[in-house]
Amino acid sequence: MVPIHYYLILSAVMFITGVVGVLTRRNAIIIFMCIELMLNSVNLTFVAFSAYLGNETGQMFVFFIMAVAAAEAAVGLAIVIALFRNRQTVNINDVNILRW
Amino acid sequence: MSSELIVFLILAAVGVLSGILMITRPNPVNSALFLILNFMALAGLYITLHAQFVAIIQILVYAGAIMVLVLFVIMLLNLEDEEPLREQMSKRHYGSLLVALLALVLIVQVIGWNSGGTLETMREQSPHALRIGTVEHIGSVLFTEHVYPFELTSILLLAAIVGAIVMAKKRFP
Amino acid sequence: MHQYVGLIVLFPLIGLLINGLLGWKIKNEKVIGSIGSGAVGLSFALAVAIFIDMLGAAPEQRSHVVELFTWIAAGSFKVSAAYQVDQLSVLMTLVVTGVGFLIHVYSIGYMHGDRSFARFFTYLNLFIFAMLNLVLADNYVLMFLGWEGVGLCSYLLIGFWYQKKFEGVTITWTGDAGNKAFWVNRIGDFAFMLGMFLIFKEFGTLTFNEVMGQADTMAVGNSTVFWITLLLFIGATGKSAQIPLFIWLPDAMAGPTPVSALIHAATMVTAGVYMVARNSALYALAPDTMMVVAIVGAVTAIMAASIGIAQNDIKKVLAYSTVSQLGYMFLALGVGAFTAGIFHVMTHAFFKACLFLGSGSVIHAMHEEQDIRHMGGLKKVMPYTYWTFLISSFAIAGFPPLSGFFSKDEILWKSFADGSPILWFIGAAAALMTAFYMFRMVTLTFEGKPRWADDKHPHESPPSMTIPLIALAALAVVGGFVGVPAVLGGGNAIHQWLHPVFAQAEKTMALPEHHAHTTEYILMAISVAIGVTGWWVGRRMFLKDPNADERIAAKTGFLYRLLARKYFVDEAYDAAVVRPVVKTSDSFLFRFFDVRIIDGIVNGAGALAGWTSRTLRVIQTGVVQNYAALIVVGLVIVLGLIIL
Repeated sequence: MVPIHYYLILSAVMFITGVVGVLTRRNAIIIFMCIELMLNSVNLTFVAFSAYLGNETGQMFVFFIMAVAAAEAAVGLAIVIALFRNRQTVNINDVNILRW
Repeated sequence: MSSELIVFLILAAVGVLSGILMITRPNPVNSALFLILNFMALAGLYITLHAQFVAIIQILVYAGAIMVLVLFVIMLLNLEDEEPLREQMSKRHYGSLLVALLALVLIVQVIGWNSGGTLETMREQSPHALRIGTVEHIGSVLFTEHVYPFELTSILLLAAIVGAIVMAKKRFP
Repeated sequence: MHQYVGLIVLFPLIGLLINGLLGWKIKNEKVIGSIGSGAVGLSFALAVAIFIDMLGAAPEQRSHVVELFTWIAAGSFKVSAAYQVDQLSVLMTLVVTGVGFLIHVYSIGYMHGDRSFARFFTYLNLFIFAMLNLVLADNYVLMFLGWEGVGLCSYLLIGFWYQKKFEGVTITWTGDAGNKAFWVNRIGDFAFMLGMFLIFKEFGTLTFNEVMGQADTMAVGNSTVFWITLLLFIGATGKSAQIPLFIWLPDAMAGPTPVSALIHAATMVTAGVYMVARNSALYALAPDTMMVVAIVGAVTAIMAASIGIAQNDIKKVLAYSTVSQLGYMFLALGVGAFTAGIFHVMTHAFFKACLFLGSGSVIHAMHEEQDIRHMGGLKKVMPYTYWTFLISSFAIAGFPPLSGFFSKDEILWKSFADGSPILWFIGAAAALMTAFYMFRMVTLTFEGKPRWADDKHPHESPPSMTIPLIALAALAVVGGFVGVPAVLGGGNAIHQWLHPVFAQAEKTMALPEHHAHTTEYILMAISVAIGVTGWWVGRRMFLKDPNADERIAAKTGFLYRLLARKYFVDEAYDAAVVRPVVKTSDSFLFRFFDVRIIDGIVNGAGALAGWTSRTLRVIQTGVVQNYAALIVVGLVIVLGLIIL
């Protein structure tokens, strides 16, 4: 038998992997993919709890998270394209217009 | 060691390794491919959790649709490789790494700390798990209990489509 | 009829809105004057109608409360815009609107050609509006609204000619006089407010009827009531120019003369008297306060009268005369003769308004000359003014059967019978001085040889000014007949009219039955003799030698200087109060407290914010990854807290 802890710890490891990617990479597209990785690790948690509790709500969440992720992918990639068109780069160190 | 544990450990190893490789590859195309591998591993894990519908959607939507879109954009922009990660690491990056690992340790601590409580009752999967993961069950719940969020999702997707087109357009008329 | 009382107050409000908002556009003096006077005239007509209506009702059915709307409601505290129509308030309303109407008409002539004609009538209407609220209010808060309103109008009208110079102690222009009036009044108003708070604390209500109803069961000598009445009386000393707050009234003469007549003689300054009379039931419970009121009144009467002897400005003489007569009214209230006090308010309004308007007519004719030493012989030039002025002077001096005789004699008689012979003696001495300075003024102004410069061409005033004079003089003659005392075979109508209002107070005080009629006859004869003596001496002395003042001054030396300089009260207040306050404000409050502490805190807050921002700005790198890293730090902190 596999206790739920295994799934949770695996999910945490993948989540932190995504966090490290977001914090260290400069390529906007890779950061974007890291966010997808984080979303997926959360999905794993949801599905695991759904199975161990015998409750389908977790899988409903996963379904809606995927829908949001799809929407986010479309908009996010559009932003990347717009960014690249204006600045000829996707390196976020070159895009610090938030700075005071 | 049961067969279930072995399957889990293999899938988990694939998932973690592909994730680490994804964030360390300088070439975005490689990263994307490793991410797809990660998604595959996740789909396998969903199967072990008897969530057949989610597993199939994972392949279809994530690996099939979203990652193809990402690859398409990467190729469209014709990006060069980044310099190797080792060379671009700064003090700030090491700090971030440290904080993130600390967070991981703490999360694991939280899980372990709580294992004496509610989690302790979840040593094995619920007997319902086999039933609720089927396409039939998901479909009936989705179109009865969760029909309003489901319909709202269509509006969200429509808005995303319009937003994406507006932003990616060359020039506003 | 009484339910239409709101209209009495509404008419002046409409008048002031029209003149105030559209006066600059109308420009035509006749129209503005008609609107202003007409509004007050309508109020007067309605007041007369209500009065006649009340005459027809039985005495116990003459008191009504007309509630218009709820003004303030907070928990158990409720104040309504409600008017109390009873014998006292109707009498006051008649005086305010009647005399007010005549003075409005007079002002049309007096203010002719003034560039702020509309502003003047706006203020006058505002004054009438506030004064009516004061006398008609059924609760202390609405009364206080009127009380403050008339104070504001007083300020506005004293400084009406705000570009004019005005000489006085520590005063250089009319605005200073207005400020002085306002500030001195504020002291009294503050005491009034404290009294009001104390009433609410003690009685839980601020409506006259409810307070009086509860007062009915209280014991005489209650210490809370003592403080309430004393605080209210301090408020009255401010508004009614009594010691120690009388100093503003003489300087209030900086305003146009109709204002002096209306506000600073006939109506506003009697508000304090009215207020004390309205609270008669409370005052009856506090004999100590009554004693204070009587003493303050008597001392004010004789002090102001003695100052009046040595003044040369025609309006200053009248101003001190007003202070002195107000002292009489408080003397009457203090000995429990509330009716006599109100009676004197009424007759005083008639003859003092007439005197002030007459002096205005003289000043007008003499081209703004106010010094009676430079007048003389005006009798032939302006007969109407002379005769009305003379009649009113006889009235104030207490010649029978003019109005002043009855009211003043009643006050003196009551102060003897219910007070003490000492109070009577002070009052009688003040009466003697009053007669003397009045006829000194009449003689110097109207009789003898002209002493004015050749370039002046005095002339009689236009009918719009003389007709009100005649009307007021006529009232000064007949006004006293409503209060003919029993010993002279009169029915004393005003006593019977006001009796229900003061019944409660009279019951509480339980004054003894009056002495034998012989005493009253003797005192009456003495007061007539006093009036005649004052007249004869004043007339003879100054007819023979217009510069008699100088001889007296040479003989009495310091005593005369003391009177001429008004006992140095202004100087004393200046040294004791004004200068220390100014000095403290400047050196401590301004240079230390404001500059160092207040500004220091304000600037310090700004500097602190700037410093914090400059310090924290460093972490705002604009690099999104740093922000994300901080989110993770937050996550670590939250997780750490969970584990701990």
